[in-house]
Amino acid sequence: MKYIDEFRDGAVAHSIATAIAAEVDPARAYHIMEFCGGHTHAISRYGLEDLLPANIRMIHGPGCPVCVLPVGRIDAAIWLARQDGVTLCTYGDMLRVPGSRRLSLLKAKAEGCDIRMVYSTLDALKLAQSLPQRQVVFFAIGFETTTPPTAVAIKQAQALNLGNFSVFCNHVLTPSAITQILDSPEVRELGTVKLDAFIGPAHVSTIIGSRPYEYFAEEYQRPVVIAGFEPLDVMQAVRMLVRQINQGRFEVENEFSRAVTRDGNEKAKALVAEMFELRRAFEWRGLGLVPYSALRLKAPYAAWDAERRWDVPQDSPPDNKACECGAILRGVKKPIDCKLFGTVCTPENPMGSCMVSAEGACAAHWTYGRFRDVEKSE
Amino acid sequence: MTLPRRTHPRPLDIAHGRVDLTHGGGGRAMAQLVEELFIAAFDNEALNQRNDQAAFDVPAGRMVMTTDGYVISPLFFPGGDIGSLAVHGTVNDVAMAGAVPMSLSAGFIIEEGFPLADLQRIVASMAQASRQAGVPVVTGDTKVVEKGKGDGIFITTAGIGMVPPGVAISGDRARPGDAILISGTMGDHGIAVMSQRESLGFETAILSDSAALHTMVAAMVAVVPGIHVLRDPTRGGLAATLNEIASQSGVGMLIEEALVPVRPEVRGACELLGLDPLYVANEGKLICICAEADAEALLAVMRAHPLGGDAARIGGCRDDSHHFVQMRTQMGGMRVVDWLAGEQLPRIC
Amino acid sequence: MCLALPALVTELLPDDSAKVNLGGIAKTVSLALVSGVAVGDYVIVHVGYALSVIDPEEAARTLALFAELDQFEAEPA
Repeated sequence: MKYIDEFRDGAVAHSIATAIAAEVDPARAYHIMEFCGGHTHAISRYGLEDLLPANIRMIHGPGCPVCVLPVGRIDAAIWLARQDGVTLCTYGDMLRVPGSRRLSLLKAKAEGCDIRMVYSTLDALKLAQSLPQRQVVFFAIGFETTTPPTAVAIKQAQALNLGNFSVFCNHVLTPSAITQILDSPEVRELGTVKLDAFIGPAHVSTIIGSRPYEYFAEEYQRPVVIAGFEPLDVMQAVRMLVRQINQGRFEVENEFSRAVTRDGNEKAKALVAEMFELRRAFEWRGLGLVPYSALRLKAPYAAWDAERRWDVPQDSPPDNKACECGAILRGVKKPIDCKLFGTVCTPENPMGSCMVSAEGACAAHWTYGRFRDVEKSE
Repeated sequence: MTLPRRTHPRPLDIAHGRVDLTHGGGGRAMAQLVEELFIAAFDNEALNQRNDQAAFDVPAGRMVMTTDGYVISPLFFPGGDIGSLAVHGTVNDVAMAGAVPMSLSAGFIIEEGFPLADLQRIVASMAQASRQAGVPVVTGDTKVVEKGKGDGIFITTAGIGMVPPGVAISGDRARPGDAILISGTMGDHGIAVMSQRESLGFETAILSDSAALHTMVAAMVAVVPGIHVLRDPTRGGLAATLNEIASQSGVGMLIEEALVPVRPEVRGACELLGLDPLYVANEGKLICICAEADAEALLAVMRAHPLGGDAARIGGCRDDSHHFVQMRTQMGGMRVVDWLAGEQLPRIC
Repeated sequence: MCLALPALVTELLPDDSAKVNLGGIAKTVSLALVSGVAVGDYVIVHVGYALSVIDPEEAARTLALFAELDQFEAEPA
């Protein structure tokens, strides 16, 4: 597979690893946050930590839209699915995420709700056309990568004058999340979470471009390297960050230059700007209320907004007290620091979103890395 | 071949007819269905006796018995259907004990309204699979349930076979130092089935690997009667099966990602769906765990068999009180290969 | 969620879509979010849409950068 296999060459990984080992300063530690769930997954799935020197610490960030969706929004999705005549369409990732009272969309489906898994917003649209007697609601989640596909579907619904299609919008913004982390007390004041650099998300960046990260690099004086999702991309990004840190630079570099430009995808950005506006604030699991961090449909598209069609509950139930998803998402704690990890909370029986999503720090660690905990304790 | 006895003046309307409740009622309609569809297709001495049971002489020795249920959706997929799958799967379960399969039973639970044309197609496919494997379906049963109470058709089977002397194959016999071998490419069946489902819309045909493995097993056992473990990695794929065995035997395992053969199209499909081929079902492959000294001989036997051309050694067993199945990735880093959490696909076996 | 893959465009279809090929699998995706796509291009596909076109020169440059060992290369984006 072109543009995939070449970026998974084990021998090249080894030589980049050697280069990194040669460049690190043995007298200091390097704390690198990979913001995006896709990177968390790549690191765990390929065991990349084994190739990095011990003084490079990878911190998993909140870049997993499944993980950051608060319990209240999942409850709301279930509420919508329970409304008369509603067929709720969702990406597969959301099906097993637990909401309140251990309910999930999958359990609601078992109870009799009409909930369907789709791979694309266009599938949901086709469904609405084929089921004129049902109200098809698309459960939209995701960062900037996934927002344009939702926009296209609504545009098409408008063109088709489709009255039985609507979107429950939970799209969130990457730069806001990064700001929250950098502004959090643990990072800014207390220094309990040391953050030296960021690996920037791959596909979000194909849409927003590399320009938005320039603000962070400058304001917070931390280097950012945008990296592709293949293991060699991640290795190279680490190498580039180590170099910047050593040289005291804080610039935005683009490792994923084969797909990311400074300005990104103007066509996609324009479409989103035309149809969506910023919510004043939006709750993120683990980060609390984050200002101007999420999107909703503009007034001309109100007809396709599920929150205007129904009086969707806006409750905000707290997470399970013992669940450390919030702290883990901010990089303050590790999965093994959570009392529930591996005991009550496993992929079969997830208590929080970090365990349900395949890209969540806890799921990644459980599925791929927990043998390291055993090794460390022995 | 005995001609079917006519119990009804008009033959079944295969082209347009549908199964209805009378076909399960025990009366003439059911007798006709059994006669013209099932017996005509399976046609063997025991079945042709037309009793509710099959009687046959049993050789002395150790017998194995297995039972299975087939609820796959969709019923027809590239490379097979629920019928051929039922034969292959049951034969394989018997073969995984190192046993020579003798005969099968098949129970059909059919939903009211199921097209006779589809039923005939399935039964014909089963009969062909059974003939090719040389394992007859000697007894069967038919039930019809009301519309809405059964997903088209379910098939339950049982299979029996005889274990050759000196063979003691079991999931708890893996030992540290043993070699782990597989008979071919991983993930073909699961991806073939997924490719049928509308929402995926794959346009390239990937064929299921559904096949009867007993002749390959017989060749393997003839050369190395002391094989430790045989198992076919069906639901949950290679990962689930290795974890089962690791747990049963109380060992750890280490495999090499680079050594696990996967077809490029299967790899592509897995990439597109976010699946790991290690977790995707297979229906015509086996895992063999043997003493290190026997590995080369067994690989040679598998590769000489039509179903084992891509056989490979993928790793070995070791001492590990946690029974982890670990894998060295293509990158050289290590990861655990765990059981899959939850159901990856609805009913693919 | 972040599942997005480079696929080869094999045929342009009406309705702003295209047939793409990934490792031998053919799929139809929407081109509504990109422009100027031609047969032979590689696009990144996410949830049924092409999001961007891969620049083959940049890809080659990146691979070459992997191979370099000790050079100092401070090039901002």
